[in-house]
Amino acid sequence: MSGEHGELPVAARVRRLEERLIAAGLATDAELDGILERVFTSASPVNGAQMVARAWTDPAYRDRLLADGNAAAAELGFGPGTQGYLLKAVENTPTVHNMIVCTLCSCYPTALLGPSPSWYKSFAYRSRAVREPRAVLAEFGLELPDSTEIRVWDANSETRYLVLPLQAEGTDEMGEDELASLVTRNGLIGTASR
Amino acid sequence: MTRFTAGARVRARAADPDGHTRLPGYARGHIGEVNEVRATWQLPDEAVRGVSRAEPVYAVRFPAAELWGSGSHSVIIDMWESYLEEAP
Repeated sequence: MSGEHGELPVAARVRRLEERLIAAGLATDAELDGILERVFTSASPVNGAQMVARAWTDPAYRDRLLADGNAAAAELGFGPGTQGYLLKAVENTPTVHNMIVCTLCSCYPTALLGPSPSWYKSFAYRSRAVREPRAVLAEFGLELPDSTEIRVWDANSETRYLVLPLQAEGTDEMGEDELASLVTRNGLIGTASR
Repeated sequence: MTRFTAGARVRARAADPDGHTRLPGYARGHIGEVNEVRATWQLPDEAVRGVSRAEPVYAVRFPAAELWGSGSHSVIIDMWESYLEEAP
């Protein structure tokens, strides 16, 4: 869906909807532009990666993140972008791997993961992630041992998920910034190990 | 008090409603276990008609074998209370 938006029928529909909202006095052009600008300038997987790196280096933050994702996001300055939903961090362990999907549309915490990749919105991912996650993960290059338990979280409600990946071995001496640079958007979705 | 608590066995309603719902079709009629109570949120099925009806929402875990007849993973789906009934 992303990439060639300008040419798609949905883009024309969105423009017409914007015009109707503005004509009805429900929003102004400047307000709508402001929302988009905030999303595209501040929403980034760098934010989620920062939370993960903090959780890896600070066990007390990890505990707070798992207990209350919204409060943990706010602690690092991401409160405004994560309002309006319940943020739930799900932690990978040596025996459990988590992945997220939204089978009904394409929900995820955009402020922390950045605009969603086109495959996340595809029917193929949305239908197969809940049906055969192990095969989907293998296609992403993530081969998990048969003994690893896979949990798939469907963001069908007002909960938005963030995967807390497992820290790589031999990175205990790294600082937070360096650790954050190891975390990818796919790691935060659960389609990569980190 | 919520109707269900963590550990309760629940069945997702099998009916295919006429209007909007957030109950995914693949979960209908299947049995899962309540992981935890998420919060109390407006029921989308009613909110879409402008009707305000807040309900507890539960994170319910469904084994893949229950949903698809095979597989070892599990899928966790949020369920508004009226999407669920007690399972034997």
